[in-house]
Amino acid sequence: MESKPAAAEVEVVGKPSIFRSDATQKLLAFASLIVLFIGFSLASPNFARFNNIVGILLSTAVNGILAVGVSFVIVTGGIDLSVGTVMTLCSVMTGVVITFWGMPIPLGILAGLATGALCGCINGTCVAKLKLPPFIATLGMMMVSKGLSLVISGTKPIYFLATPSFRQIAMGTVFGIPYAVFIFFGAAVVASLILTRTLLGRYAFALGSNEEAARLSGINVDGWKIAIYTLNGLFVGLAGIVMASRLNSAQPSLGQGYELEAIAAVVIGGTSLSGGEGSILGTIIGAFIMSVLTNGLRILSIPQEWQTVVIGIIVILAVYTDILRRQSR
Amino acid sequence: MGGTLVLMEGIEKSFPGVHALKNCRFELRAGEVHALVGENGAGKSTLMKILTGVYPKDAGRIVYKGQEVEIPNPKAAQDLGIAIIHQELNLMPHLTVAQNIFIGREPLKAGFILDEKRLNQQAQDLLNKMNLDLDPRARVGDLTVAKQQMVEIVRALSLNSEVLIMDEPTSVLTEGEIQELFRIIRELKKQGVGIVHISHRMEELKQIADRVTVLRDGQYIGTVNAADVTIDEIISMMVGKEIYETARTSQLDSKAEVVLEVRNLNRGREIIDVSFQLRRGEILGFAGLVGAGRTEVARAIFGADPVDSGEIYVHGQRVNIKSPYDAVRHGIGYLSEDRRRYGLMPTLDVSTNIVAATMEKFTGVMGWLLKPQIEGIAQAQVSELNIRTPSLDQRVRYLSGGNQQKVVMAKWLVRNCDILIFDEPTRGIDVGAKSEIYKLLNDLAESGKAIIMISSEMPEILRMSHRIIVMCEGQITGELSAAEATQERILQLATKRQSIARQ
Repeated sequence: MESKPAAAEVEVVGKPSIFRSDATQKLLAFASLIVLFIGFSLASPNFARFNNIVGILLSTAVNGILAVGVSFVIVTGGIDLSVGTVMTLCSVMTGVVITFWGMPIPLGILAGLATGALCGCINGTCVAKLKLPPFIATLGMMMVSKGLSLVISGTKPIYFLATPSFRQIAMGTVFGIPYAVFIFFGAAVVASLILTRTLLGRYAFALGSNEEAARLSGINVDGWKIAIYTLNGLFVGLAGIVMASRLNSAQPSLGQGYELEAIAAVVIGGTSLSGGEGSILGTIIGAFIMSVLTNGLRILSIPQEWQTVVIGIIVILAVYTDILRRQSR
Repeated sequence: MGGTLVLMEGIEKSFPGVHALKNCRFELRAGEVHALVGENGAGKSTLMKILTGVYPKDAGRIVYKGQEVEIPNPKAAQDLGIAIIHQELNLMPHLTVAQNIFIGREPLKAGFILDEKRLNQQAQDLLNKMNLDLDPRARVGDLTVAKQQMVEIVRALSLNSEVLIMDEPTSVLTEGEIQELFRIIRELKKQGVGIVHISHRMEELKQIADRVTVLRDGQYIGTVNAADVTIDEIISMMVGKEIYETARTSQLDSKAEVVLEVRNLNRGREIIDVSFQLRRGEILGFAGLVGAGRTEVARAIFGADPVDSGEIYVHGQRVNIKSPYDAVRHGIGYLSEDRRRYGLMPTLDVSTNIVAATMEKFTGVMGWLLKPQIEGIAQAQVSELNIRTPSLDQRVRYLSGGNQQKVVMAKWLVRNCDILIFDEPTRGIDVGAKSEIYKLLNDLAESGKAIIMISSEMPEILRMSHRIIVMCEGQITGELSAAEATQERILQLATKRQSIARQ
């Protein structure tokens, strides 16, 4: 029910002047999404079916939420390699609280979100205060959280068998559309508003554009950086909960590789890795391009190995068009 | 003109090895444009950095509006109402004009939602007040440098600044843009803002400045009313009499072969119609103020930057240099002023750096590096140039500036370059090592190398050069032989702007 106004909001916030520069890239990304969609629809009658579309939406949800969160960090000129494994740690913490300790579901959700925020806060502190390069700080966090997930869960999946309603968080449906999809769109709208309408978003752009100038303007650069990484962590926590709910279990060995898919979605959506520009709408289009490709190629019976190859080429092409656009300016 | 706004007295500042400011004095009144002039390194920027809290002062006092104040950091200066506009602008190119003006002070709704409408409105009001034709919603990165500078000025004024310091604001502007800037400055004067105008352009002072303070070698020389003095008088205050350097006496053989000839080199506004000849055994000095286009010419000859037009002849042969690779093949070596960034691989050892431009010569089958040969040639250079290093394996970053410079020289000598371009060869090098570098340059010239030496240090230029070319704003404004060159003549040529030069 929320989906109509939600989509409209995303459209509206895509317009402010900050985004004028990457409008071309976004248009290109959007056009390729449409072309892909039409192409696959023509190639296979199964593609455009309702169930398949729902499948695409559902499979985009987790990666999409991660990509939305990491967009903030990338706009500042940073990177977060830990989102995949921290997401897993969040699922595991939710599982521990709900299944091991038998506590109510809302507390489990809270535990997942708090874990994400804490990891993000630690990342941000390492980057802002200890001056670690974001690549290294979050690489460390990636390994730490991966290890912790295995330790805490005893290397075994935690199932939510005693709490059947937990699965409803992501998989309950309205009009046949799972809640996970609505959570994804909701998160995107909120993220887009934060990025374009609040101080945190403005300073994310300012940091990515010219950190020294921001510092000389009297902005608490370190504090805002920590806040931005923490916000990213919250989105990671949300993704972890949706993931756990979808699988009805916390899978401690999953997660690695998700960070690169999230970063790829952000990049395909026209957000520059050098910071200062980007948009949530672009990120969402990027995430959809990836899942439409995966889904469409699968429907055409192209082996999974080749799907990965194609997505890799798409990432390279996306960044290359971005470079061309920059040169032409 | 109003009362005294800022008074700086007895200001002392030392950096390791340099006494940058000695008992310096500066006074700024409300509603005046006060020009601060001096040669490169005279201490203008240091003095203003103390006033804006970038550097702490070692001694002396600052009185602001009758109160003695301490300015420990840039924020404190901002709070007092002292703003500075740096040469390299401090803006966020991805944000809009309004967003830049109010960065850190955004109007909010409900405590956390940005009020973009009010932001743009307030910016528009400020721009209207200043009669500036700028769209608050325009992206700063898309504006010209002149417009960006105006954004900085508006931002400074929106902080209710009463003191506005402009560090060479006109150096990147066209004539029309300068007049627009001066219009704004006069407007600010009327509002009682005190403006410090740091500039190298003498004829500008007559146009805009009320008073002029001259610094030389970190010392206060004097303050004069701009209307009462001639440009020549200001220049002689800047140069002083006592620091004359004797020019070289040895004459160059005028029949020596021309090894490099540049004809009508052009690139945008940075290089305008530059032509010159360089002879075998000659040290050709390139004098001028910072930003005169000397480095640009060197980089263009070396193929590091593209040119719009121009011809280059090496040993009489027309050559087409499109990249540093081509230049090196024609025997041209370039020693950048920023050695650490462009000249050296600081994390690698001395011998690797010395053979860095000739590595292929020292490889065997399959690119296997011939270590004995490399060390042999490196050792020869270390002895020849007297490079002081504990061993050939020492990482170059641990060497002193002078020895690093020698390593770069060794690199080009091993490469057998016969045309060497030195960009500020003694920058960041202490006095003792300087004279060693000078001796090496002389030896190289005597051995038949042709040398271009870009330097902003007047005594260095006078002492080393057989011939001096002076540039200003991308153009060659004059050429002096060693015999006719004096500091005054060089400064006159170096501050001679296009419009003046053509009269």
